[in-house]
Amino acid sequence: MSGTFIGMPAFPKAAHEAVNNATLRGNLRHATHTIRAKRAKAVAEVSDWAELREAGKRIKDHTLRHLDRYLVQLEESVTAAGGVVHWAADAEEANRIVTDLVRATGESEVVKVKSMATQEIGLNEALEAAGIRAYETDLAELIVQLGKDRPSHILVPAIHRNRGEIRDVFVREMGAWGRAAPEGLTDTPAELAEAARLHLREKFLRAKVGVSGANFMVAETGTLVVVESEGNGRMCLTLPETLISVVGIEKVVPAWRDLEVFLQTLPRSSTAERMNPYTSMWTGTTDGDGPRTFHLVLLDNGRTDTLADEVGRQALRCIRCSACLNVCPVYERAGGHAYGSVYPGPIGAILSPQLRGTASEIDASLPYASSLCGACYDVCPVAIDIPEVLVHLRERIAQGGRATRNGDTVVLRPAKGHAAERAAMRAARWAFDRPGALRAGQRLASGTRRFHPRTLPGPGRAWSGTRELPAVPAESFRAWWQRTRGGKDVTE
Amino acid sequence: MSSRDLVLGRVRRALADVPGEDGAPPEPGPPDGDPSYERAVGRSYLREHGARSVARTVDLLAENLADYRAVVHRATEEELPGLVARLLARRGSRHVLVPPGLPPAWLSAADPVRVHDRAVSTPRELDEVESVVTGCAVAIAETGTIVLDGGPDQGRRRITLIPDHHICVVRVPGQVVASVPQALERLDPARPLTWISGPSATSDIELDRVEGVHGPRTLEVVLVSEG
Repeated sequence: MSGTFIGMPAFPKAAHEAVNNATLRGNLRHATHTIRAKRAKAVAEVSDWAELREAGKRIKDHTLRHLDRYLVQLEESVTAAGGVVHWAADAEEANRIVTDLVRATGESEVVKVKSMATQEIGLNEALEAAGIRAYETDLAELIVQLGKDRPSHILVPAIHRNRGEIRDVFVREMGAWGRAAPEGLTDTPAELAEAARLHLREKFLRAKVGVSGANFMVAETGTLVVVESEGNGRMCLTLPETLISVVGIEKVVPAWRDLEVFLQTLPRSSTAERMNPYTSMWTGTTDGDGPRTFHLVLLDNGRTDTLADEVGRQALRCIRCSACLNVCPVYERAGGHAYGSVYPGPIGAILSPQLRGTASEIDASLPYASSLCGACYDVCPVAIDIPEVLVHLRERIAQGGRATRNGDTVVLRPAKGHAAERAAMRAARWAFDRPGALRAGQRLASGTRRFHPRTLPGPGRAWSGTRELPAVPAESFRAWWQRTRGGKDVTE
Repeated sequence: MSSRDLVLGRVRRALADVPGEDGAPPEPGPPDGDPSYERAVGRSYLREHGARSVARTVDLLAENLADYRAVVHRATEEELPGLVARLLARRGSRHVLVPPGLPPAWLSAADPVRVHDRAVSTPRELDEVESVVTGCAVAIAETGTIVLDGGPDQGRRRITLIPDHHICVVRVPGQVVASVPQALERLDPARPLTWISGPSATSDIELDRVEGVHGPRTLEVVLVSEG
C-alpha cells in the first residue's frame, strides 16, 4: 500500500514527539471526550445494540467467507445497471485506471468525496503527477489539503487542529486554491463552515468528474452507498457527468436488506447521531438524473493478503466508523500522525501492518501501539477483537512465520530487536520443564533479593525504563506449599 | 492474467482453510435463495424499537426531525397551499424549483416564479433558485429521516441539493414508518435514493456538530394529514 508516510519513524519515536505537544494533546482530548459521551448516549437509545452488532459481524464474516462469489455477483449487478467495473490488484494499478479514466474525459480537475481508499492509494498525488488537480471537498479533508497536512483520524482527518488553527489555514491558503476566505473571518465553527461553502461552491458547479469511495456495495442489487454529513458527497455524486468510485473489495455486502443493520450502527458509532444528515444510494446510472457514466474500481491492495490470515482477517469487517480511535487511551495521547498511515488508532494498528506487511520499522512497531485495554473491542460495531489481532501480530513479528504478501506465501524471519525477548522466553520454557532447576532458581532469587536492581541492565532496560521490577518474595509459593503442606501446618 | 482473475484467485487461495458454512459448500446465487446465508446472519435484532400508536409514530418523527434542526409544520390538505405560500414568502424567495409531478395545488397560492426541473438546466442556473418544494418517498420516525427516490413529486437529485431552502411535504401517516428496516422494505434500490436527516451539517471542527455546509441550510418539513 502506497499510503505509507515516507521516512516515518517507528511508533514509539513518533508518539514521543506527539505527547510533548501540549496543543495537540489538548485538541485531541477535547474532541475525543466530546464524541465519547455522545456516542454512548446514541448507542443506549437502541435496546437491541448487542443484536445489531452481532448481525453486523455475521454479515461481514459470511461475505468474507464467500467473497469471490459476492464480488462476481456485484460485478454482474453493477454492469447490468449501466456501470463499468474495473479490478485493481494494487495501488499503482488503481491509480493508473483512475488517471486514464479522467484523461479520457478531457478534464484536468476532479472533485472528491472523502474516501479512505483513495487516501490509502495516494490517488491525489498520482493525479497531480499526471497534471490533474484533485479537490478535496469534505471540510476536514479540505483543512488537511490546504494546510499541506496529513490526516490524523478516519472520520475527522483534521481532528488535531483546533478552530483557531483552522481559521489561520483558511485565511492563508484558500486564495491560492480558488475563492479566498471572507474578510474578517473569525474562528467560530459556523463561519468556518460558511467559508468552506463559498470556497467549494464554484468547484462543485463546474465539476465534470467526481471521485468517491463507498461505505457499502450491495452484491444483490449493484447499489453503492455513501454516508456523509455536509452535502459535499451529494454534490460530487450527482452534479458531475462522470463518476469514478474506488472501493475496497471488503466493502461488499450480500443483500439490500443488510443495509438495515449498518445504517443503524454506523451513524451512531461514528458521529453519535441517530442518522447522519445525508446518505446517497445509487445503482449504476439513471437516465436524466446524475452522472451519465459510472466507473467502479474494485481495489485489493493487500486485502486478499489480510484475508489469508485466519486471525487477522476479522480486520476486514471494519466499516470505518472510528469509534475505536475515540476511546483509545494511546490514540488520545499520541494522535493519529504517530501511526504513520491513513488508518490510525487501534484499527490502524492491525490494518496497516496487514495491508502493507511488516517490513518497515513503523509497520513492525504498530502492533505494540496499544496497552491491550480492550476498549476498542467493546465499542466496535462489528465486534473486531482488536486486542486478539494485536497479540497475534506481535507474535508473528517476534517469532516470524508464514504470511501472505501479494498473493504468495512467504516465511517471515523473526524481527531484530526481539532477540532478548525470545531468549527470555526460551529460558522460561526450559526452566518450567525442569522442576529441580526451577526450584533452585527460585531459591537463588529469593536469597539474593536484597541485591536486586530496580531496573534491568542491557536489552532489558527498554522494558524497565518505564516500569518497576516486581519484588521477589522471600519464599516461593511452591516452597511455602511444601513447608506448610498446603497451609495445614501454619507455624510462623 | 487479468487483474480480475488475479484478485479472485487470491481470494480463493486465501479462503482455502475455510470449510463451507455448516460444513456444506455454499449455494450459488442470490442470498434470497440461500438458506446458509440467512442461517449465518441470524437477525435477532428488532424490526422496530417499541410498540407505538400511529399518531405516536408521527409525533416521534416530528420530534426527531426537530432535534436535528429541521423546521416542522403540520397542516391539513386544505391548509397546505397557504402554508407553503407563507413559508416561501417569509424566506423572501423569488424563484421556486418544481418537480414535474408536484401536485399543482401545493403551489397554487405561492407567488415565486416557478422554475421547472429540466435536464438542460445547468448547476449554475439552479444556483440562482432560492427554494425547492418536493414530496418524499418515505419518512422514518426513529431517526427523523426523509427519503427521496426521484419520484415525480421529487424530481432529480440535484434540485433538492443546490437551493439553500428545501420544503418537503410528508403525507402522514401513510408515508411514515417507524424504523430503518421498515423503510428499506418500502424502497426500490433501482432508483437513486437520498436519505435526509436535518439540514446539511458537519462535525469536522473539534467533533462538534455545526449546521449548514453544502446542502440546503434550511429544511422545512410539512406533515400533511391525509383526509
